[in-house]
Amino acid sequence: MNEFLLVGGMFLVTFLVRYLPFGLAGSLQIPEPLERALRFVPVAVLMAIVAPAVLIPQGDSVQFSWQNPHLLGAFAAFLAGWWKNNLLLTIVVGMAAFFICRLLIGRF
Amino acid sequence: MNSTPQTEFWKGVRDTFPLIVGAIPFGIIFGTLSESGGLSLWGALAFSAVVFAGSAQFIALGMVSTGAAWPVIVLTTFVVNLRHILYSTTLLQQVRHLPQRWRIPLAFWLTDETFAVAVRYYAEPSPIIHKHWYYLGSALIMYFNWQLCTMIGIFFGRVVPGLEEWGLDFAMSATFIGIVVPYLKNRPMIAAAIVASGLSLALHGLPNKLGLMIAALAGVATGFFLEKRLASNRMTEVGEAQ
Repeated sequence: MNEFLLVGGMFLVTFLVRYLPFGLAGSLQIPEPLERALRFVPVAVLMAIVAPAVLIPQGDSVQFSWQNPHLLGAFAAFLAGWWKNNLLLTIVVGMAAFFICRLLIGRF
Repeated sequence: MNSTPQTEFWKGVRDTFPLIVGAIPFGIIFGTLSESGGLSLWGALAFSAVVFAGSAQFIALGMVSTGAAWPVIVLTTFVVNLRHILYSTTLLQQVRHLPQRWRIPLAFWLTDETFAVAVRYYAEPSPIIHKHWYYLGSALIMYFNWQLCTMIGIFFGRVVPGLEEWGLDFAMSATFIGIVVPYLKNRPMIAAAIVASGLSLALHGLPNKLGLMIAALAGVATGFFLEKRLASNRMTEVGEAQ
């Protein structure tokens, strides 16, 4: 593994996608429908990352079960978020629920 | 209260604090896993300092440990990070007036977390004039914290046995859920979330995390078209009532 090429390549592609719209900011006009579609981006992207992380924690099969602390922790985080609109509380409750379930279930 | 660059900067730092709480365990577990994953000490530090993309670093590390070739890992990183093109397009209107010496570092430091707090702050009606200092404050505290946690993880990974078994990666899920929940206020947003989650699970087996990007785009399209349909339904109802 050539780490220098790996890090250099990862840097280039990551910076490119972050910078491209900013770099063209002077000449780029966003059409109104695209702007409306973009409002769904954070929810769609983050849920696409979270769903497999929570439901396929081992990376092989879907674990839709009460024995899965990732699922229970995510459920607790959602409830906390809906109950009080407080980011810190949501994260802390989710993580606490995850670790408690993990201790009780004693696996993963 | 008058906003100055300094007050905006510190407000950005403060508002990012909850997201730091989630980033700490995630950064530590990245550092911890880096050695067993097959990265050198300098490779692990460079991932965090130069690439600076939590979930992509994690996925790339997993691929390094399975012996994937570097061009494949770079391609996957590209796909996983494509969402940032959507983030920076969303923020485009807000940085348009800034010179390149601002836009380049702000782009480099763009993350899910800083995007989430910045987009909310830019939507507030207060004047935009110093808001890039808020963005900078959020970005720098995220960056500083990520470097520190990577180092802590590298260190403790070698000292504390079994740290990689603690499930610290769940912190990323909790953080992202915390970002998402406030958005879920109407049917199009909820539909976007459900479609993106469902497809991402169904397409999990696709190579190079392609399923993630397809699921995200399908979620965006669902929300967009549902919102459009609900709006046109409402227009028809108003028309019939008159």
